[in-house]
Amino acid sequence: MGNDLSTAYLSLSAVLFAVGAFGLLVRRNPLVMVMCVELMLNAVNLTFVTFGRMLDDVTGQVIVFFVLVVAAAEVVIGLAIVVAVSRRRPGATADDLRVLRG
Amino acid sequence: MEATIFFVCAVIALAGAFGVVLSRNPVHAALSLVATLFAIAVLFLNQGAQLLAAVQVIVYTGAIVVLILFVLMLLGIDKEEDLRVEPLVGQRTLAFVVAAAIFGALLAVVILGGANVVTGARSVTQPLADGVQMTDIRQIGQQLFSTYVFPLEVTAGLLTVAVVGAVVLARRVRNPQPLPEPEPLDEDEDRLLYAEEGAD
Repeated sequence: MGNDLSTAYLSLSAVLFAVGAFGLLVRRNPLVMVMCVELMLNAVNLTFVTFGRMLDDVTGQVIVFFVLVVAAAEVVIGLAIVVAVSRRRPGATADDLRVLRG
Repeated sequence: MEATIFFVCAVIALAGAFGVVLSRNPVHAALSLVATLFAIAVLFLNQGAQLLAAVQVIVYTGAIVVLILFVLMLLGIDKEEDLRVEPLVGQRTLAFVVAAAIFGALLAVVILGGANVVTGARSVTQPLADGVQMTDIRQIGQQLFSTYVFPLEVTAGLLTVAVVGAVVLARRVRNPQPLPEPEPLDEDEDRLLYAEEGAD
């Protein structure tokens, strides 16, 4: 099932996912946090393509297609929230936003 | 040949990922992210997913990262973050432990799983496109408009909602009130109040 490189692909995905998770937990700039989320999404996409190839099935690639669309929507909304917050409070980091009052 | 391409792209992707997490300037982080996404696009190509490689470059590096850079420049929050300051005590250590646990779990599944790491039956109806008789673009198109036509339609609604939501969220408020600073979390002020009341 698959070739000898499939394990290497999956291991690379695991490393990328873990690095992205670490960055998401450590960084405080909201935009960098969004980038770390994108990193994790891409690691998962690579896993989907690899699995699709191992199973000889195109469904993995179709799922990646949907993930791409959802990621685009997510980034648009996330950046809009960042813009809205920065207008009221310039230079806010994720730690400064503890109070959920409009 | 495939192995060579894989190792080159894996090194680039890892370097970019560490660049995203460790660079102090957000612009540098965004450019590192471009390197990673491009390397992953080449890895898609390496696995025969040509359409996805193109879409990855166009949508991710061409739209999403540029959007992030736009917001960075627009807001001017591209100031460097001092990574030596740790606002929460032990946050880095804990984050490292959590990330290492995630990585260990994933790697254990991949290594121990071996050939059984992916569950499910091999496709018998329509093998993956070889690029000769059937291109992957055509295959994905057929799947999207037959099996996955309902999710595809829902996607249209999702994109509409995202656009409307972005416009609503980012519109200019007429007279924005600056947010009040959050009250200090310690109870010293309450104690002071009680002390004064006791004095009366």
